[in-house]
Amino acid sequence: MTDIQLWTTVFIVLTFGLYIGIAWRSRVKETSGFYVAGHGIPAVANGAAVAADWMSAASFISMAGLVAFLGSDGSVYLMGWTGGFVLLALLLAPYLRKWGKYTVPEFVGDRYSELVRTLAAVAAVLISFTYIVGQMNGGGIVFSRFLNLNLTGGVMVAAAIIFVYSVLGGMKGITWTQVAQYTVLIIAYLIPAVAIAQQFTGLPIPQVTFGQILSELNALSAELGLNEYTAAFSERPMVDVFLVTLALMLGTAGLPHVIIRFYTTKTVRGARYSAFWALFFIALLYTTAPAIGAFTKFNLLDGVNGTAVAQLPDWVDNWAATGLVSVADGAETINSVSNDPAAGADLTVNNDILVLATPEIAGLPAPIVGLVAAGGMAAAMSTAAGLLLVISSSVSHDFYFRRIKKSASDSERLLVGRLAMTAAVIVAVVAGINPPAFVAEVVAFAFGLAAASFFPALVLGIFWKRCNATGAAAGIVAGLALTITYMIYTLDVFGTEAHEHILGVSPEGIGSIGALVNVLVAVAVSKATAPPPAHLAELVESIRYPSVPREEEPAGTGERS
Amino acid sequence: MPHAVGAVAEHEGSPDVTHASPQRPPDHLEQWRRDYWRSNLRLMVVLLAIWAFVSLGCGVLLVEQLNAITIAGFPVGFWFAQQGAIYTFLLLILVYAVLMDRLDRKFGVSERAEEGQEQ
Repeated sequence: MTDIQLWTTVFIVLTFGLYIGIAWRSRVKETSGFYVAGHGIPAVANGAAVAADWMSAASFISMAGLVAFLGSDGSVYLMGWTGGFVLLALLLAPYLRKWGKYTVPEFVGDRYSELVRTLAAVAAVLISFTYIVGQMNGGGIVFSRFLNLNLTGGVMVAAAIIFVYSVLGGMKGITWTQVAQYTVLIIAYLIPAVAIAQQFTGLPIPQVTFGQILSELNALSAELGLNEYTAAFSERPMVDVFLVTLALMLGTAGLPHVIIRFYTTKTVRGARYSAFWALFFIALLYTTAPAIGAFTKFNLLDGVNGTAVAQLPDWVDNWAATGLVSVADGAETINSVSNDPAAGADLTVNNDILVLATPEIAGLPAPIVGLVAAGGMAAAMSTAAGLLLVISSSVSHDFYFRRIKKSASDSERLLVGRLAMTAAVIVAVVAGINPPAFVAEVVAFAFGLAAASFFPALVLGIFWKRCNATGAAAGIVAGLALTITYMIYTLDVFGTEAHEHILGVSPEGIGSIGALVNVLVAVAVSKATAPPPAHLAELVESIRYPSVPREEEPAGTGERS
Repeated sequence: MPHAVGAVAEHEGSPDVTHASPQRPPDHLEQWRRDYWRSNLRLMVVLLAIWAFVSLGCGVLLVEQLNAITIAGFPVGFWFAQQGAIYTFLLLILVYAVLMDRLDRKFGVSERAEEGQEQ
């Protein structure tokens, strides 16, 4: 066993022991504890849990790599995945918390109709599922490298661990475990970044110092046949950058596993501050990611530029075993580098390994490599657990309890929820072994779907009383249909043939157009049909104000349940 | 004043609390609700305008023009897209939470007291 394997094993065993210990101590038997942790989580802890839930394998493992290879156009992920929190904080979180129901389908079910509830439950399962595939793949990459397995074996190990502990825990266990996972993942992310910033510039603040190497990086990139690092729109046209950014923002705000988090705060005020803390914790990682991207790319290019194949640094060999790094046959010295196997460059490096390999590429000691592996697993697991919870609650609550058996007992519903988790894990393993694109890109599709379905229905439901059930249903169907059709049209999944992008719009960006179509259809159909019943207008009215009695009023029946 | 606002809010869905119904809630209650909501909306629109300008404006549409300027090694457009926008988002959410607190206090509906009592 090498030093790196030893330390990886040590850190993964230690951190997993910690998570499982926490999950076991706070395990629950009642439905309300399972799904919303009994509304008893403070805003800061909730913020850290949202951050862990939110920052998936895509954020931790894949994003800095994507930014490194996309250069300036990688900003779509940085802005898209943070900007959505502004929408969430201002347009959704306080109102949905005031409503106080378990799931997103629950809200739209009350606000619109049973049909919309079912539609939303289908969309929630679809979105969470797409997203979870990315996590399985990310976890698989970690294990395949550090346990010397192939990718399939890595995905299996990751899935088994995720499964055991999500099924045990429920939301209360998950919330506190996620706080621990956030701590592990942010330490694992910041330590190498700070060390590298110190190495390069003598100042340990990566966010500030990576500016100093940008012009050198531009020159080095040009030498190795890559685009200039800071040049905008070299990988995607402007219209696509705009649409992808917007789709990720709208999708973030509409993601069911993030929204469900805001039901766990004590008050509406708590929901507002949770959103702030969540973004605060997320921003720590997101402002570091572009620095890691730039530094590591510089190290990588600098280390291999013009080097003879026999003398390449160790990390190339270490990662070659996973199949994610490869040297072209017949290449003698490295004169070109790419992340695209089809480009025929002398050295091909998969985006997804960049963060995990950062300490190795920078020559940092083995314990740090092990810590980063544990951080990557924390990110994949915390998100996968949150997603499995959404799948389980949608199936057990919105389908089984609401549609099939109204008399289902708590324990029966928990059983159905756990069965749904099991099924989801099995299907996700199969898809995780063979995903259509890089981890962050797979995840980006989930956002497109959320942007085109939930976000418009939720916002219209809160801000436009006239929006009715027929309108909302028509909007969701139209938005989803357009988005899914275009994704299938442009990607080669399910054995279909990939077509050219229309007007430069990529499948990640189509969600923005889907959202627009959703709104237009919902407004047009609502206008053309009867307004919603009067009690719904009062219901919408009631979520717009805090429920506490005004202070001048005599204390009434204002306390909440 | 027999009818507390909180009670109206808690009986979501029961048809007798339709705000169109003539006997309740009384006009002055309606008035504070409308004022509260209007202040909330105004704040929201301003913050969202800044949100869109900094991210989709400075980070995408104007990025090439801003890149002509370089500060501390960063082309400015690039900096907005990879750093500045994120700091702005954080600030916007904080400003919203703080100003909404102030609005709640002004209308006497602050939830501060309630936190900590539960659970």
